[in-house]
Amino acid sequence: MLRDISLEIAEGEFLTVLGESGSGKTTLLRIIAGFEHASSGEVWMGEERLDKQPPYRRRVNTVFQHYALFPHLTVEENVGYGLRVAKRPASEIAQRVSEALDKVKMAAYAKAKPSKISGGQQQRVALARALVNRPRLLLLDEPLSALDANLRRQMQVELKFLQREVGIAFVFVTHDQEEAMVMSDRIALLRSGELEQVATPREIYSRPATAYVAQFIGHTNLLRAEVQAGVAYYSSMAWGVDLPDGPGVFSLRPENVRVVESGNSDRVANAEKAGVRVRGKVLHQAFHGATELIRVECADGLVLVVRTPSGARIQDEIELEFSGADAVKVRESPRRN
Amino acid sequence: MFSRAYKTAVTLPPVVWVAVFLLTPYLLMFCYSFWSVSPSQVIVHSWNLDNYGQLLKINVYWQTLLRSMWIATRVTIFSLLLGYPLAYFLSFYAGARKELLYQLVIIPLWVSYLVRAYAWKTILGSDGVLNTLLQYVHLTKHPLESLLYSPFAVVLTLTHIYTPFTFLPIYAALEHIPRNLVEASHDLGATPAQTFWRVIFPLSIPGVLAGATFAFVLSLGDFLAPLLLGGPGGIMISNIVVSLFGAAYNWPLGAAISLCMLVLVVSLLFFSERLEKRWSFS
Repeated sequence: MLRDISLEIAEGEFLTVLGESGSGKTTLLRIIAGFEHASSGEVWMGEERLDKQPPYRRRVNTVFQHYALFPHLTVEENVGYGLRVAKRPASEIAQRVSEALDKVKMAAYAKAKPSKISGGQQQRVALARALVNRPRLLLLDEPLSALDANLRRQMQVELKFLQREVGIAFVFVTHDQEEAMVMSDRIALLRSGELEQVATPREIYSRPATAYVAQFIGHTNLLRAEVQAGVAYYSSMAWGVDLPDGPGVFSLRPENVRVVESGNSDRVANAEKAGVRVRGKVLHQAFHGATELIRVECADGLVLVVRTPSGARIQDEIELEFSGADAVKVRESPRRN
Repeated sequence: MFSRAYKTAVTLPPVVWVAVFLLTPYLLMFCYSFWSVSPSQVIVHSWNLDNYGQLLKINVYWQTLLRSMWIATRVTIFSLLLGYPLAYFLSFYAGARKELLYQLVIIPLWVSYLVRAYAWKTILGSDGVLNTLLQYVHLTKHPLESLLYSPFAVVLTLTHIYTPFTFLPIYAALEHIPRNLVEASHDLGATPAQTFWRVIFPLSIPGVLAGATFAFVLSLGDFLAPLLLGGPGGIMISNIVVSLFGAAYNWPLGAAISLCMLVLVVSLLFFSERLEKRWSFS
């Protein structure tokens, strides 16, 4: 189910449609490709209306989730399929196929059947098979989800590089927010069939539009505060805001909270400049490589997640500090099925 | 997982069954085909190749065998022409009615062979349904005698009877084709017709081969349809075998013909199996 989707993709852009399973991201892709029809609405590509055309007339190609390589054809024949059905001359087919296979480093496997090559290699062939037709738009349906973590990270970089090189607009579907952040020019975040936010990775991370976006992308602390006369109150904390009175949800990233060194002397001196402070007990400490995420229980059962550099000495009882400016006001996401 | 004794206990009965009721008769047949019948109608256990010699010398035997193969070939072609489109439609376009239609195709298999053969007799007979209709609409003045008791009637009846046997493996093969391959083909610009010939048909070939083998092998060995509807021109090789084992009381010659057919059918099965493997991809 998709509702009220309005999305514009620029020429040569890498747009990621991000969402949980069942959010409708694959449906959106299938509507663009022509395998499914929207009950209302239109799909345009430049001056051309797409949604009235059958899939085989659209200058859109798809890399399928499970690659969908033709098992009875060799790698070479798979890649040349689109050109052959378009009845291109044999010499042109041979040349473009070998170029495409070179581009994805699969030239050595040209004569192999798909069942004889690995998942990562099938992935490359599927990519070559789509790109060889020089589509205006390439759709990718979770193409990396079947690969193991290492290969996946490698393919993310390669795919991004390839997209820059060919200059074709990519619509990439994934449920992996990290993947979306690494690869995209813009991210369109879907939730239960509706767009929550469409923005660059940086923007979507630092200025999430809704509480859902803030939680979905990276870690965050959601502070459900009450605003009164330009001050947001939450538990024992208070910080200045430029908002009307009433309830307000704020997203505070763990890296924007710091641990105050005990016995810090400039504490009183900088009282004016200092941010919001709160004391708490360390509940849990999780190692994440360069940083650690610490869960701190403060007064009123409030739990804050804090990111600290790895190896920092943390006492059982600590004081936290953050700047009110880093608490980003977000919209409360409406409840949906 | 299972103990040796358990495995033996489970596998022994079927093995014994096959040995006693399948291999022994074949072995007996094999022996018979090298024996002969004395003028006083007694089977003589003297080993010779006379039966196989007769098979080559007497025209009626190998001619009937060739005619049987020709009938079986036509049955195969017609049941493929009927079974494939049916299976294709059911698998790709029937939607919610798929199950119902599938059952409808299968139902004739539950009806006795004889009933279906006799049904054609009443349709094709000189005062049968078809002739009555043709005369009623004044397409013919007199009943067409050549409808019944002809190779045509045999081919028609066998096609009717064995089409479900070609339909089933083709349907299974088509159901097995991942639908995302069809979508991928459309996505790459192939029209529905191109998609059929370049993707769907090649991937259904194992089913076509299996179905063709069923139709050919089963109709080659058929003796009821030619008996009921064939007439003198529609006699098939199995009818000769039946009469040799029966009225003619020449078991050795009957055994020799049966063995030839067995060799023919087994080598056919072997080749179609090889071909199916070549066209299977997983």
